[in-house]
Amino acid sequence: MLLAKKLVLAHFWVAFVAFLGAIVLGEWQMFVRSPLAQWVNNPEHYYRSVTAHGTVMAYVLPTLVAMGFGYAISELALKRPLLGVKWAWLGFWLVVLGTAMAAVTMAMGKASVLYTFYPPMIASPFYYFGVVLVVVGSWVWVALMSVNLHAWKKENPGQTVPLAMFGNVAGAYLWAWTSVGAAVEVIVLILPASLGWTDTINAGLARVFFSWTLHAIVYFWLMPAYIVFYTIVPRAIGGRLYSDTMGRVAFVLFLVFSMPIGIHHLFADPQVGAGFKFVHAAMTAMVSVPTLLTVFTIVASVEIAGRLRGGTGLFGWIRALPWGNPMMLAVTFSFIMLGFGGAGGIINMSYQLNETVHNTQWVTGHFHLIFAGAIVLMYFMAAYELWPQLTGSGPLPQSLIKLQVWLWFIGMMILSMPWHLVGLLGMPRRMAYYDYTHPDIQPQAWTVIASTFGGLLLVISAFILVFILARAHRTPKTAPPPFTFSLEAHPGGRTPALLNGYALWLAMMIGLTLVNYGFPIAQLASLKEASVPVIPIGSR
Amino acid sequence: MTAATPPAHAHSEAVAIAAERRWVYVVGAIIALLILMMVVTGLHWASMPPSRVETVDVKTLHLKGEFVENNLGTTLGTDGKVTVRLIAQQYAFMPQCIVVPAEMPVTFRGTATDAIHGFVVGTTNANTMLIPGFVATFTTTFKKTGEQLMPCHEYCGTGHEAMWAKVQVLPPQEFLARARSGERLSCVAS
Ligand SMILES: [Cu+2]
Repeated sequence: MLLAKKLVLAHFWVAFVAFLGAIVLGEWQMFVRSPLAQWVNNPEHYYRSVTAHGTVMAYVLPTLVAMGFGYAISELALKRPLLGVKWAWLGFWLVVLGTAMAAVTMAMGKASVLYTFYPPMIASPFYYFGVVLVVVGSWVWVALMSVNLHAWKKENPGQTVPLAMFGNVAGAYLWAWTSVGAAVEVIVLILPASLGWTDTINAGLARVFFSWTLHAIVYFWLMPAYIVFYTIVPRAIGGRLYSDTMGRVAFVLFLVFSMPIGIHHLFADPQVGAGFKFVHAAMTAMVSVPTLLTVFTIVASVEIAGRLRGGTGLFGWIRALPWGNPMMLAVTFSFIMLGFGGAGGIINMSYQLNETVHNTQWVTGHFHLIFAGAIVLMYFMAAYELWPQLTGSGPLPQSLIKLQVWLWFIGMMILSMPWHLVGLLGMPRRMAYYDYTHPDIQPQAWTVIASTFGGLLLVISAFILVFILARAHRTPKTAPPPFTFSLEAHPGGRTPALLNGYALWLAMMIGLTLVNYGFPIAQLASLKEASVPVIPIGSR
Repeated sequence: MTAATPPAHAHSEAVAIAAERRWVYVVGAIIALLILMMVVTGLHWASMPPSRVETVDVKTLHLKGEFVENNLGTTLGTDGKVTVRLIAQQYAFMPQCIVVPAEMPVTFRGTATDAIHGFVVGTTNANTMLIPGFVATFTTTFKKTGEQLMPCHEYCGTGHEAMWAKVQVLPPQEFLARARSGERLSCVAS
């Protein structure tokens, strides 16, 4: 039962159209900084493009996918019409308006500050107002997810919340608290400077606030992908979910450990002391636990599918898996990229190893592999799963989907692996071009060309995605089969009350964040010399 | 829901729970080992990220204090310690070329006058952020001699991609011969 079809479609379409524009910009960036392009280009255009690419990919795409997917889950998992559809539309239009406002400001070159807000460089206030509107629109979604869950709980007292909705609401609460860091940074520090009310800003404090959001936002991006892993993948490949409880444990652990770890992004910064850096490093190690649990549970669920199809022995079940099924391909590729990206992540979070790779091209390689590789691939699969429900299109063309998934995987590997390599050699990131005639840089030139070709495959893949989704609207309408989530391997088990609600986990989330951020923030806010002159970007 | 669980089903569930538990122990052990490694290397080799909350007034940076022009670059202190002081600003480092010895501890002290900058020296672990208002300081030892590139690695405006400095790593004897105590070293031999 999916009634809010238009609402969900609107979210996914705006997300994917913005994504298509941003991916073309990304490929253009790879081209102009490679030796394939004329050596001299206008660097300002490059940074303008990076700002737009990052803003869309980091804020607009994942937020809209999480919102649209969340509304669909609410109806499909709770089996009741969405409450507050009008509010949901209001949230949607706020996000669209904010995106448009930020986009126009960026296109005019008045916001080339990159999407990581690091003062004292300050963009036009319209850019920040745009981002604020996107976030406020998404808070409407957070509230609606909570309201819908509570209405269902009232109607079904004592019942276990369906796993998909449990993860969905965990993601909403995670986002609500995650976004507070950047919201405080923008509203308290940046906007007054951007509007010209103050001419100094505490750059070190701003970075600490941003780090609160900067790492946890990754787990907000990741939630929809994990919901697909647990509640759709086993069903789609003919298996069973190995453990419903593990899914709940993973979701609540993300709530607890996402926020109090952000300072590991500031290991090389002078404004945070060694003690808090160490605490955040140790906490970051903890946040790998839910992912390691998920790897076990999903591989076990896939094994069940292989054995149900007649696979035997230690490895025989792998051969018996439905390799012709796009979801099987997608989850495999996603796990491979999650494996490489996760190993890189453990290096980044390590108190000492990080020094080798901090702010080099390695970091770009790492987050493209994890986010654009492992996570966005699952966004595509979520759309493919929902599309017959949303459009009544009947089955989508499976071989075209497989081609799209293959191209995305190969393209992402060719794009990001060379970045990891040159990052280790100390190549800095965010460069409009390199001087390829320099003898130290010349041997690295091929990696930039390779990444340009990897990016080209990604662009082709993105166009195939949009083609498949658009064509579904034009096929003759059929009544969609009822949507189902994965069945458990051992159904009927009791869900502990602690894993059927969020109270304890939210208290831990807020408590740990305050403990891990309270002192550094208080200390930085009280330093007089930390306030430095603002640098406005673009003519204003 | 199910009135009675069939014995085979109950058995497989027990196997599943046992497998799950084993995995949890493995995961716990991995995390504990990682944290232990960070503690041991941090305490034993004093291998730690730069970490002192030390402020400096950007408005008087050029006029007084340790970051005035004639105090920038490499000095060999009377106590035999090598210190490099540098400033980053849109779009250059001061100085643009730094001389350091190999196999001797070198302490970097740096800050920025305007935007946020940062630098990494070639393939070494010398890597820090320079944030206006704060002094970044860390100590490292260069293993290999020769010239290394030192790019600004944080976007600091339109000229960011042109912001590169150089680091010359000299054999310790050659460095000591050139560094008369307390005086600055330059990449151009005098
Ligand atoms: Cu710079």
